[in-house]
This record gives sequence, structure tokens and C-alpha cells, in this order.
Amino acid sequence: MLDRKLRRDLRQLATQAIAIGLVMASGIAMYTMALYALNSLRTSQANYYQRYRFADIFCNAVRIPENVVPRIQAIPGVSAVDQRVVYAAMLDMPTMNEPVAARLISWPDLGRPRLNDLFLADGRWIDPERSDELLASHSFVKAHQLKLDDRLSFIINGRQRQLRIVGIVYSPEYIVQIQPGSLLPDYKRYGVFWMNQRHLSAAVDMQGAVNDVTLTLEHTANSAAVIEAVDDLLAPYGGTGAFGREHHMSHRFLEDEIKQLTIMAWVSPTIFLLVAAFLLNVMLGRVVALQREQIAVLKACGFYDWQIGAHYLKLAMLIAVGGAILGLGFGYLLGQNTTKMYADVYRFPVQHGSLTGPIVWGSLLISSGAAVFGTWRSISAVVALPPAEAMRPAAPTYFAASWIERIGLSWLLPQVVRMLFRQIQRQPIKSLSTVFGMSMALAIMILGSFSLDAIRYLIWFQFDYAQRQDVTVVFNQIAEQAVVLDLQNLSGVTEVQSFRAIPMNVRFAQASRKISVMALGDEASLFRLANIKEDIVSVPPEGLVLSDKLAKILGARLGDRVSLTALEGQRRSDEIEVVRIITEYGGLNAYASPATLARWSHLPETCSGAHLRIDSAATSEVYRALKEMPHIASVNLKGAAMKSFEESFAANILTMRLFNLIFTVIIAFGVVYNHARISFAEQSRDLATLRVIGFTNWEVTAILLGELAILTVASLGPGCLIGWGLAKMFVWGLDTEMYRIPLVIEPKTYWFAMVVVVVAAFFSGLLMLKKIWALDLVSVLKARE
Amino acid sequence: MNAPPVFSTRQVTKDYHMGDLVVQALKGVDIQLYPGEFVVLLGPSGSGKSTLLNILGGLDLPTSGQVFYRDQELTTWNQRQLTQFRREHVGFIFQFYNLVPSLTAYENVALVTEMVTRSMTPLEALKMVGLEPRRDHFPAQLSGGEQQRVAIARAIAKRPAILLCDEPTGALDVATGILVLEAIEQVNRELGTTTVVITHNAIIAGMADRVIKMSDGKIAEIEPNAVRLRPQEMRW
Repeated sequence: MLDRKLRRDLRQLATQAIAIGLVMASGIAMYTMALYALNSLRTSQANYYQRYRFADIFCNAVRIPENVVPRIQAIPGVSAVDQRVVYAAMLDMPTMNEPVAARLISWPDLGRPRLNDLFLADGRWIDPERSDELLASHSFVKAHQLKLDDRLSFIINGRQRQLRIVGIVYSPEYIVQIQPGSLLPDYKRYGVFWMNQRHLSAAVDMQGAVNDVTLTLEHTANSAAVIEAVDDLLAPYGGTGAFGREHHMSHRFLEDEIKQLTIMAWVSPTIFLLVAAFLLNVMLGRVVALQREQIAVLKACGFYDWQIGAHYLKLAMLIAVGGAILGLGFGYLLGQNTTKMYADVYRFPVQHGSLTGPIVWGSLLISSGAAVFGTWRSISAVVALPPAEAMRPAAPTYFAASWIERIGLSWLLPQVVRMLFRQIQRQPIKSLSTVFGMSMALAIMILGSFSLDAIRYLIWFQFDYAQRQDVTVVFNQIAEQAVVLDLQNLSGVTEVQSFRAIPMNVRFAQASRKISVMALGDEASLFRLANIKEDIVSVPPEGLVLSDKLAKILGARLGDRVSLTALEGQRRSDEIEVVRIITEYGGLNAYASPATLARWSHLPETCSGAHLRIDSAATSEVYRALKEMPHIASVNLKGAAMKSFEESFAANILTMRLFNLIFTVIIAFGVVYNHARISFAEQSRDLATLRVIGFTNWEVTAILLGELAILTVASLGPGCLIGWGLAKMFVWGLDTEMYRIPLVIEPKTYWFAMVVVVVAAFFSGLLMLKKIWALDLVSVLKARE
Repeated sequence: MNAPPVFSTRQVTKDYHMGDLVVQALKGVDIQLYPGEFVVLLGPSGSGKSTLLNILGGLDLPTSGQVFYRDQELTTWNQRQLTQFRREHVGFIFQFYNLVPSLTAYENVALVTEMVTRSMTPLEALKMVGLEPRRDHFPAQLSGGEQQRVAIARAIAKRPAILLCDEPTGALDVATGILVLEAIEQVNRELGTTTVVITHNAIIAGMADRVIKMSDGKIAEIEPNAVRLRPQEMRW
């Protein structure tokens, strides 16, 4: 019988229940989506790494004789070693003006590599007898719509070579392909290819030697000790320092995404479920207040306290579980969509994805948990209520002057406005719940939108403001200044700034990192450094300039002396004073003047690359010339990377923003509607009385919706603040050594979020119009309060 | 009673539809109410008193027939005009007071005085019902009788043409009821407001200039009183 009552109660509360259920569903949808995507990435990654033997440690050197490799194998803790030749080449794509950067990796003559094996998606493996065969990475093939048997024209070691694609592959090392020196993947301008070892060695003068070694570790091995041993072993061969997976570009990128998803799986759902819990609290509080006498009668009839408690809990549970089921379905679709979006960036041979038991049970559990949390107060009150007391009408509601009147502003306020403020103040929990809910709606919108602001700022700061080159070229070996002159003489090149990057180990106290220290001249006009205040700073003639992130990791401050060891040449060490700390959003970098760098490293003042500024009318001409220069290993186009980023990532961010908009509207709508319904139920007698004594429909509407307007306005400040706080948390959570996102929220993002919330509130308020205008004036006069 | 009536009705009927059932609440009522008159509308539950009162007060429209306020026909007005009419010319007093709980006695009256231009001040209205000292109390801090007197102050503050009271003492004990009736009677006397009191308590009829008895949706009898009794003179 109680269940029949439950059904009827639920039918009466239908719209409110749906509104709360939708908020609950949004939270569960976010949770399901994040966990689904997370599961998919983790499982795909783990399976891929395991089946295709992704290495644990990576190192490259100038030239490692093949007979050194067994000595690496002999290092305690090493389980397998793979050796190869890796070469940065240029690729001339007929469809593109600019040169494309290519990474050529050797493929064993016999069988398959011991580590970092490939998945063959199409075609066949290379025939070791043929020198013109090539395996191409799937992302590049897809970006250029290439097919098997297509021929590509490479510039290898200054010579042009035509190679034919015989197989299309995926590699666990290049799940995300990011060109060294770049922050983001650009599958059109950077490709990875595999070529027979014998033929590649011959082409790049590497016979009898390799320049890249990867290894896996035994379970018990100490990774740091192995890295140290490898570094010692490879030092004479120009080893630039071994590094573990945690510094591997593709792995790192994927791990960052996983980290971001993990944050998302908890932060957003927590917000939604908290709001849903507050809404349930307010709604059930009202239901219990209305049904006081019924509760008393039921108890008097002999129902146990727990039965009545369970009855109301069931009401909340039905809404929560209903929302959870809806959320699971929606989250599943969103998860699939996200995974599909990932497939554009992350290349797995098999992308796993399923709605696992733990996700489903977890969703049901946390939504029920939120329901219990939200309704606990009301339900314990029901259980504790003695029947005799419940039979009597509830104590009259007491009002008091609101704070706004107490501070002496009462003369300003017409009676109806006083009513509003006192009504709000009399039920602080209800009012605060609404302000909290609306603030959260606003915060969610800001959190969902700010990343575009932040990334746009980052791009502006890093690539427009600080770095003003159009192209960065890297030489395939250390070059004399004369090469720079060649570049200067190219027609169309307006400015050249050479740089020298030396791999170094930087150490301060217990912390150390292998980084590239860049020599920048005083006249540096293209590649510039800036501090957090956006001031351009110069590199002083003496001392070391650290990026803020590197300084933080090392724990070094201005004036501290850090130890630098060159990982090239004679590997000299020196202690250098930190003279400046600059702001950068990508990588760990350090800078010094060319003379100083040459002195520390005991290496000649040479250059390893140059930044160029190009006359925009002559870009094709310059690109063509660059393709033909033998000593250029790679060309990095700044504008292209930004453009490709705008195309791929911005679209995804906009999709996410749309979802956020929907979620924001659901919360704002649910909160406002719930509040309006309850306020209306509580005040309908007063409102009808006012209508009787001569208030117009609009005046009465203004009283009910005025309360909501005040609460909405009150939520804007806290909402922006919470949004800012969440964004800060988000940025902090994504702060990695590879990159970090500045906390930049444009005023228009705040404004847009506020407009969305206000409009959503306005429309849910409008839904009340019909009810207000249909108030039964006659019956209210006969009814006791 | 030579002055033209403030209110008059002609063959007013009111039907309520309850599903398939049609309830005839008024079956052709003709009455006139004159300036300054104190009328008691007497009758058992369901006789149509409240329906008639609601129609006079512009809260409801009749199914057929005409209602005139002075020389204007109420029955041709729309909701907006009816609201305007209630706002300016009608004072209501209800059985359960219907004060706004979040406003003090003073503010409940001010609610009305802020709407109309030629009203008295809230304080004047409260003085008339003897509640000036309780001006800053909220309804929950007042007794039932006091709340009803605040409701009277609220109703008369706008100097209405007619005061409509629906069972004003229905929720009160005798002694308090007398106080409330005295207040209503005083207003009628001092302001000359046409006053209609609905009751099923025949004793109150003694206060009236005329007693209109209703039964089954019709006027059963109209009985003028030669002498109006003061509330405290009535035998309860």
C-alpha cells in the first residue's frame, strides 16, 4: 500500500523529479564517459605495450659500434636490448610546398625487432633484398591519403631517394607522433617510417654501428641505476643520456590525457552529484513537511519508524537510480564518441572499449550514495517524529527583518521586496542550496570553456609574442657559422638567428634532469624569452637562464649555483649561477649566451640550427630551397603546427564545450525549477491573497520570480570564483614536465557562462508563469494556512 | 435608501462543473446594496453566500445575469479590469485572516497603501482597529483576533467602497469574535463603508441594517432590522 502512495507521490512530483534526475544523470554521464574513455585508453595502451614489447628505456648516441650492444645487455637488470639506426630526413610531398619532417628507423634484415615491434595494418613487411621499400606510419598515410605502392621522395644525407610504401604500420612508440621540438602532433608535417637496416645504414654512413638503443627491464630492476650504467657506457660514443618511459614523448602525452581523464572522472561528477543531493534534500524536506499529518497517521496505524523512513528513502532512490540509468546510457554514447575522437590522435591497432561492471555498479553506488547523503536529514526527522506531535500542525513560521533591512536600508524597500528578502533568509538551507547549485552550473560552464582561452593565450605568448620566427631548421650535424650565412643569402629569408643546443645534465641538490641548453645571442630578435609579466628578457653574458618549471623541479632559485654536465664532447662539468628565471609553457629549458655555453661545455662555438623569418610572399621559394639544402635535418614550421592544432583540437574543444553547455543548462534549469516549484507551493496562499486584494498577475509573478532573480544574481559572484578555482585545480592537475596550461580566463568566458545561467534560469522561471496565472483565488480564501 | 445602490445584481446564476455533474450555486439572485449599509448574509453551508460574495468582489464571474458596481457593469469586464476594481474599491476579510506571514502588521497594511493613492496611512488604519502598539509584530506573534484586526486594517486602509467579510469570526472564540465585529462595525460607522458580512451564525444578524437570508442558491428572505445592536449587546 505504501508503494502505491509512493507511485502517486512520484507522479505529483514528476517534473521536479525529472529535473533532479537529469542533474543526477549528467553527473553519471560525465563519470561514465570519463571512465569509459579512461578504461579504453588504459586497456588499449597496456595491451599494445605488452604485445608489441614497448621498451622501458631509450637512448641515442652519435655512433655506437655494434659490438658495444652486448655490454648493454650485460648491465644487471636489463632483460632485452634492441639496436637500430634512427635518422631525421626530409620528405618532399608533391602536394605540399613546405618540406615534411620524417623520421627513418631501421628495420632488421631478419625477423622482427626485439622491442618496439610494429603492427602491420596493411600490405607486407619489407623484403630485405630490396633497397627501395618502406613501412609508413598509419597516421601519416591517413593524413595524406596515401596507399600501398605510392612512392615518396626523401632527402637522406643530402641525396634524394625514392622509396615505395609496402606496408602501413602502427607503432607503440608513436601512438602520438610529435616532432621533436614541437608541442603538439601534426600528422601532415611529420611522419615516421621504417626502412631496411642494411640499406639505411649504408645511406647514412652507419655501417657496423647504430645510434639508438632501447631496452626493457626485469621486474626487480632499478631503473635509475640502469640509466646511469647505460649513460656511462655510451658516453664515449656520444650518448645524449638515456631516459625512461616517463620522458618518452608519445607515452607522456598519453599519460597526460589519462591524468586529465582521471581528474574529469571525479571533479565534474562530484559537482553534479552534490547539486543533485542538495536538490533532493530541499525537495524531500518539503514533501515531508507537507505530509506531516500523513506520517503521523501511518505511525499511529502501526507502521514502524523504519518503514516510513524507507518509504521516503525509496522516493529519493527511485529518482537517483532512474537518473543513474539514464546517465549510464548517455555516458556510454559520450564515451564512445570520445574514444572515436581519440582515434584521430592516438593510434592503437585495436581500440578497446566497453561498459564494464565496475563502471555500472560504481555509477549506481555513487548516485545512491548521493541520494542518501542528500536526504539523510529529512529522513531521520521522519523517523524521529513522534506520532502525537506530528498530528499537530507544524509550528508557525517565524520571520525576522532581513540583514539588508537591519543595515538601515529598509526605507528603500517596498513591502514586496522585504517579503522576498525575508523569504530567502527564513530558509537559509534552501536558498543556499539554490545559490550553490547555480554557482556550480556557472562553474561547470567556465571550467568547460576556459581551456580554449588558456590554449589561445599559450599560443600567443609562446609562438606569437616570445618566438617570432616562421621556421626553425635543425642541421643534421653541428655546423659552422658559414651555414648560417647560406641561409641568410636565401632570397625570401629576412632574418636569421642561429642557435646551438647542447644536451646537458643539470643538477641541483638531489634533483637532476637531462635537458638541452640553448645558446642565444644578445641580438636574439626572433626566438625571445619572456617573464610572467610578459616582459622580454635578454640572456645575460654570464650565468644560466632557467625556465620556471625547470627551476621549480630543481628547487633552484635566483643566485643558486646549479651543476651542468655536457652530454657531448668531453663531458665537462661546471657550477653555474642561475641569473634569470623566465616563463615558458612547454618543456624544460635552459639558456645561456653562446660564449658562456662554449666555455662551460668546452665545445666550439658552432650552431645546431637556426630560426628564420620569411617574407610571406616568398614562402614557397624558401621551402623549395630548404628542401635542397643537404645539411638540414628537419624543418619546423611554426604557423603550420598552430594551424593544425586549431583544426583538430579546437574542434574537439568546441564539441566538449557544447556538452558543457547542455550540462550547465540542465543544472541551472533543475535548480531554478526545483526552487520555484517549492517556493510556489509554500507561498501559493500568500500569492493568491495578494491577487485577491488587488495585485496583478505580473506583480505576483515578480514576487515569486524576484526571489529566484535575487538568488541567481547572488550565485554569479561565487560561481565565477568557483569556476576560477576549478580551472586552477584543473591547470594544476595538468601541470607536467612536458607542458602546462596557463590559468587564463577571458572576461568573455565569464560573461558567456553568466548569460547561459541567467537565460536558463529565466526560462525555467517562465515555466512557472502558467501555474502562477492559474492560481485558484477562491479556494485559498477558505483554506487554513 | 433613496441613494442609488453601490451594488446591484440581476438574475445572477453560477454553475460549477464537477466532472459530469453541474452544481448550481446561484439560481437567479437579485440584490441591491446601498452606500454605508451593513448587510449580513445569512445561510447554511452550500447556500451560495460565498459564491455571491466572490462575484460581488470581482473574484469570480457569474454564469449568467448582470452585476453592477454603481453604473458600471462588472460582468463585461476582463480579468485586468477586475483586478483593478479589487485593488481600488474592494476590501476583503477572510475567515483565516490571510496575512502575509513574512510581513509585520504595519507592513501587511502598507502592502495595500503602497498600491493606491488616496489611502490612509498604515498607522491610521492600525489605530482604527486598536493595534498600533503591535505594529512591528509578525502574524505568528499575534493572536487570532489580533491577526483578524490587522486584516481589517489592511482591508479598510484603501478606503474601499465595499468591505466583504467571509466568516470573519469563524475561527475565533466568542470574546475575540466580538472584538473583531466591533472593529468592523466601527469602520462601517465611521467611514461609511458598505459592509457585507457572511456568516452562518444567526446572532450576528442583529448588527445589520438588513439581513439577507440565502438558501439553495436563492434569496430566501430580506429582513431589515429596526435597531442595529452593538456587538457587545448581542446575546451569544
